[in-house]
Amino acid sequence: MPVNRDFIGREYPASAPYEVGREHIRRFAEAIGDVNPAYLDAEAARALGHPDVIAPPTFLTVLNFRYATEGPLSDPALGLDYSMVVHGEQSFELHRPVRAGDVLSSVQSVEDIKDAGRNELIVTVTQVTAADGEKVATLRSTIVSRGTAAPREPKEA
Amino acid sequence: MPRYDEVEVGTELPARTFTITRADLVRYCGASGDFNVIHWNERIATAVGLPDVISHGMMTMAQTGRAVTDWAGDPGAVRSYAVRFSRPVAVADDDQGATLTVSGTVEDKLDGGRVVLGLTATVGDSKVLTAAKAVVQLS
Repeated sequence: MPVNRDFIGREYPASAPYEVGREHIRRFAEAIGDVNPAYLDAEAARALGHPDVIAPPTFLTVLNFRYATEGPLSDPALGLDYSMVVHGEQSFELHRPVRAGDVLSSVQSVEDIKDAGRNELIVTVTQVTAADGEKVATLRSTIVSRGTAAPREPKEA
Repeated sequence: MPRYDEVEVGTELPARTFTITRADLVRYCGASGDFNVIHWNERIATAVGLPDVISHGMMTMAQTGRAVTDWAGDPGAVRSYAVRFSRPVAVADDDQGATLTVSGTVEDKLDGGRVVLGLTATVGDSKVLTAAKAVVQLS
């Protein structure tokens, strides 16, 4: 069944700020198999000019799951079957690296929902801001709902 | 860290290979919070038409990004990073898992010391990422 296109344009501010901790950065870095000292060792990060350990460039993907239950994708009214979902595209625009100690607020919005053959594409954009109002990052995520596009009307002969 | 003045369009990043096993996916589920069942349950993954348990696209993206951050020296130099996931990465229930091969080239030099890297990521003969690009700030 097609997903509900009334969701296009809706905005979902996160209900609470996301506190970035050293240990979570460490666990994420270990999970992606990347033990760069800038992620694990504050001294090494400082030697590169950062105030504390920084997070890998894709770390902010955690926001999509931290706030999933309050975001658009888990709203039953959207009509999305998550087992039919695969990730289509992802981008990160990083105004500065995310670092331990950051207290991040974020707003996720539904930019578009459209057909792509028999699939549907759902595009969300997440704006991430530090506690002092500094823009930190913009995430754009396209997920694919496989096989749920509305059947096409047969063309008139 | 490579210097902007010394990098040319066409400069190649060292090719890299990374492995993704079932255990890696479980670890990534926990670290990212993405517990989508297709990343850990073969019964459901195949029932919904996938070839096997598949890797998180974000895991593939993160490993490919490592070719960039290791080259840059400072992972904080990455200004943007974007990919399209063109094929699922099936991860068999064995000790080998999937092997990801990553290469990259400097595609453009921008103002302000930034360079655009074009990246390729393949498993076997299949490109698993397309339109993969990163912008890195050099000095």
